[in-house]
Amino acid sequence: MMPDLGKYADAVLSSYAVSLVLLMVLVWLSVRRSKRIKAQLQDIEMKVKRNG
Amino acid sequence: MNLNALWAYANPKKFIQTTEKVLPWVSVLAVVSLIVGLVWGFFFTPDDYRQGSTVKIIYLHVPSALMAINVWLMMLVTSLIWIVRRHHVSALAARAAAPIGAVMTVIALATGAIWGQPMWGTWWAWDPRLTSFLILFLFYLGYMALWEAIDNDDTAADLTSILCLVGSVFALLSRYAVNFWNQGLHQGASLSLDKEENVADVFWYPLLVCIAGFVLLFIALVLLRTRTEIRARRMRALLARERMG
Repeated sequence: MMPDLGKYADAVLSSYAVSLVLLMVLVWLSVRRSKRIKAQLQDIEMKVKRNG
Repeated sequence: MNLNALWAYANPKKFIQTTEKVLPWVSVLAVVSLIVGLVWGFFFTPDDYRQGSTVKIIYLHVPSALMAINVWLMMLVTSLIWIVRRHHVSALAARAAAPIGAVMTVIALATGAIWGQPMWGTWWAWDPRLTSFLILFLFYLGYMALWEAIDNDDTAADLTSILCLVGSVFALLSRYAVNFWNQGLHQGASLSLDKEENVADVFWYPLLVCIAGFVLLFIALVLLRTRTEIRARRMRALLARERMG
């Protein structure tokens, strides 16, 4: 159940919204780049192996 | 404990193998402690008699501000290791940590401004702590830009390490600005070993859980991002070798 934040509701809710969005974007970008680089490296290593 | 054993993790292969096992556990612990701390702080703590419900912002502002400073100090240690011992993993760990520190600084500045508007009557003041935090954020941006601007990884690591040493002055200043100058709006530390200065227990325990959550999230992210930087470096080396021969 939502607590009664009174006249400061906007300040409290916007603080949580801004912070959580920033943290989620940071995590998402980190995971996305990790997956992309891992796949690219595997491709290059296979290519290098094939070419001797 | 044999501290020399730690140098084994300077080997990129060993680092990737070890973090493969550790990363899922740290990630789960980070998510659990963040959810517990934030839900506890937001839903189950009372309003402060002076600050009203804005006291709930403390659960984001204090951990992010702590991390903003301590991430830079971690970058300082890893940069010094790079300068002294030339371990690539340490330089790459510093590079991996910078965007996390920058985001923590933005969260600290944003939540501070949102809290300051109703409490101080202004979004921003050129107060010593606020100003040193803004400069710290600019150092984070400069540090990341310098890594991107230089093609040679070793040269980039050298120059960014020097920048990190210079920026450490502002990281420490952000922490101790309130003690140096008895002026400005920002109050003293919310967390202190001195019982008189600390926040009340009802706010303190969920705050500790939130701090643990932010620290664990940082560890999880820095491990993940360092693994990515190690792979990206290997990829650049393989591509360069292929181009040459």
